[in-house]
Amino acid sequence: MRLIPALFSLALLTTPAWAVRPDEMLSDPALEARARALSRDLRCLVCRNENIDDSDADLAHDLRVLLRERLVAGDSDAQAMAFIVDRYGEFVLLKPVMSGANLVLWLAGPGLLVLGGGIAWTMLRRRARAAEGAGLTPEEQARLDALMRDRA
Amino acid sequence: MIVELGHFALVLALAVAAVQMVLPLIGAERRDARLMAVAGPAAVVQFLLIAASFAALTNAFVTSDFSLKLVVENSHTAKPMLYKVAGVWGNHEGSLLLWMLALSFYGACAHWFGGRLPATLKARVLAVQGAIAVAFLLFMLFTSNPFLRLVNPPLNGQDMNPLLQDPGLAFHPPFLYLGYVGLSMAFSFAVAALIEGRVDAAWGRWVRPWTLMAWMFLTIGIAMGSWWAYYELGWGGFWFWDPVENASFMPWLIATALLHSAIVVEKRESLKAWTMLLAILAFGFSLIGTFIVRSGVITSVHAFANDPARGVFILLLLGVFMGGALLLFAARAGNLEARGVFAVVSREGALVANNLLLSVAAFVVFIGTIWPLVGEVLLGRALSVGAPFFDAAFTPFMVALALILPLGAVLPWKRGTLRRALRLQMPALVLALALMLLAYALATSRSALGPVGLGLGVWLVAGSALDLWQRTGHAGYGHRMARLFRLPRSDWGKAMAHAGLGVVIFGVAAVMAWVVEDIRVVKPGETYPLGPYEVTFKGITEVPGPNYMSSMAELEVRQGGALVAVLHPEKRSYPFAQMGTTEAAIHKGVTRDIYIALGDPQQGGGHVVRSYLKPFANWLWAGAILMGLGGLMSLSDRRYRVAAGASSRRAAAQPAE
Repeated sequence: MRLIPALFSLALLTTPAWAVRPDEMLSDPALEARARALSRDLRCLVCRNENIDDSDADLAHDLRVLLRERLVAGDSDAQAMAFIVDRYGEFVLLKPVMSGANLVLWLAGPGLLVLGGGIAWTMLRRRARAAEGAGLTPEEQARLDALMRDRA
Repeated sequence: MIVELGHFALVLALAVAAVQMVLPLIGAERRDARLMAVAGPAAVVQFLLIAASFAALTNAFVTSDFSLKLVVENSHTAKPMLYKVAGVWGNHEGSLLLWMLALSFYGACAHWFGGRLPATLKARVLAVQGAIAVAFLLFMLFTSNPFLRLVNPPLNGQDMNPLLQDPGLAFHPPFLYLGYVGLSMAFSFAVAALIEGRVDAAWGRWVRPWTLMAWMFLTIGIAMGSWWAYYELGWGGFWFWDPVENASFMPWLIATALLHSAIVVEKRESLKAWTMLLAILAFGFSLIGTFIVRSGVITSVHAFANDPARGVFILLLLGVFMGGALLLFAARAGNLEARGVFAVVSREGALVANNLLLSVAAFVVFIGTIWPLVGEVLLGRALSVGAPFFDAAFTPFMVALALILPLGAVLPWKRGTLRRALRLQMPALVLALALMLLAYALATSRSALGPVGLGLGVWLVAGSALDLWQRTGHAGYGHRMARLFRLPRSDWGKAMAHAGLGVVIFGVAAVMAWVVEDIRVVKPGETYPLGPYEVTFKGITEVPGPNYMSSMAELEVRQGGALVAVLHPEKRSYPFAQMGTTEAAIHKGVTRDIYIALGDPQQGGGHVVRSYLKPFANWLWAGAILMGLGGLMSLSDRRYRVAAGASSRRAAAQPAE
């Protein structure tokens, strides 16, 4: 396979896109707004890293229509998404579910922040305390205090 | 013949790089001045050879030498000259040659400008650079040779991907590569210092300009790519969290952290080990980015399996350089004694927080990028990780960073109090909160994105301005004004870069939160409203281009009857490359872009037209340019010009900031 040039692969994976078409849109603005919002979390399965809202692939069109059908039929957002995930697998979700092994993905950032923050905090405190300890002896401190008092 | 000379120069460069890798290292170990002296000239010769090789390949593209496989696959005689030249790096093999050109250029610069570096350090830095060059030249010659000939040259080429035939993208890769590769200098300095076993303030002073330069190029390169996506891909998106974008963003985040921690090394001789680690990781992420992009592993594990040679080679490189450097780090980092002590609330403490947030953010991007691979290989699940994940998982760290930045910037070294920092920045805080509430009250939607972005942006811009103003002392107004322009350039650079970040944050939030969108089918002569404007669709004409055909629409945008703009969005088809592109028409403005893209003709007549009002879109790139200029300003600071190799004694003689 001829490999895609590095910085340009983006170009190949997002060919000019025609996204939502006027004939697909629902007449009810509230439903259409929900459909648009949900579309951004659904992957066009045959594209690379494109959501169905931005993609012009036929499959994206089918998914957009399917999603709108479910919403018109009265599904909640969660029900409509569950319906599509049932049919197309979790690969369709651009935002992985926050459960099971995916928790590693979701908690990696906060976890590392807490861990790193904890390490940094203890090290800084320890170092600062060590420096303080290396400062004045009690006698020196007493003498300094006396001098300061005299000046005041 | 020229092609063979170029090929030969590349092979010769490998030999020179091998010498540059080995002799100076031995020389530095034995304190042999003659062996160490090899490093500089070798770096220059290596640069000249690779430049010659690059010139030969450019010549082949410019003259459309279709006996060269690479030219056939990526060029065409009808292609405009700019893209014939840009075509040199618009492909895997050629872009590697550009990578090497940048690497050897930095090496030569280290020789030209590093005259006052200690001899052993300079020899070791150049030796490490030589080692990187050897690895990448081997990679090129064995798996990705740009100089392969064809036995039966075709009459014409297959043209370049038309999406890449664009001025914005023609210069995007060189900038990005100068950034990526610039981080190799930080890496080489870190490894050399670890071998030396000595890191002092002078080291921080040497390594910071290189990192600054790399960071600047990365900033501009990433902004260019984002700008290109905005106007070329047809719906005005500017960032997609694609693996390829992430590959350039991770090194940027780490480089930003490194930039800040190197300040602490330079001014306070603290955080040495951490800075070493960042310098190693920054280049590591550059290599990881290269691996992700080159191997195709993220697209699919199967793409990797189809052509594993390149991927395995880069993985090997990554293993050798990162493994080696980290081992060295583990062995030597403990010996790096920290001299400067500081309290948690202090400038140093704030910079530690900056580093922590940036590193964690880079890690989030990293794990999000590789998670589909983890899912496929380890979990046996097909998973997608896209923009919604990154928006949710990455943004909080940037918000936290923006919140603490203006406070950290005014904290004194060693020890400070939050109360004093808050008092200094109180005007900025009040202004930011007031504007945020105003935006929230005025906005029609209840989304917090726009107001929060505005608040953070104002906080950063006003905070940076206040910081600068407070450096002018306490004399009268006129005196302070005069002093403002005599402040060190690094102060100005800092304020500009931080304000630039604020502008970017505002631009991103505004364009995402307040966009107006209109998608409809229009027939010639029809008029439709778009925000405060009326748009009239005049019709479509067919216009030939140099190597494409264009369907060009004409739309008039009026406001209250007065003509604002005539826009010409296009749909182009490139017959040789057998692809189409859309060229959106954009009327740029300070407060908004009018963005119109042309869609397909409809059966019942008329065309799909997508129209957007993108509020403050230009601020996004203006902010990025401001950040880059801040870097440039900082780079031109007096202490780098005079002290680019001065002793640490002189460094210590300078007042801290």
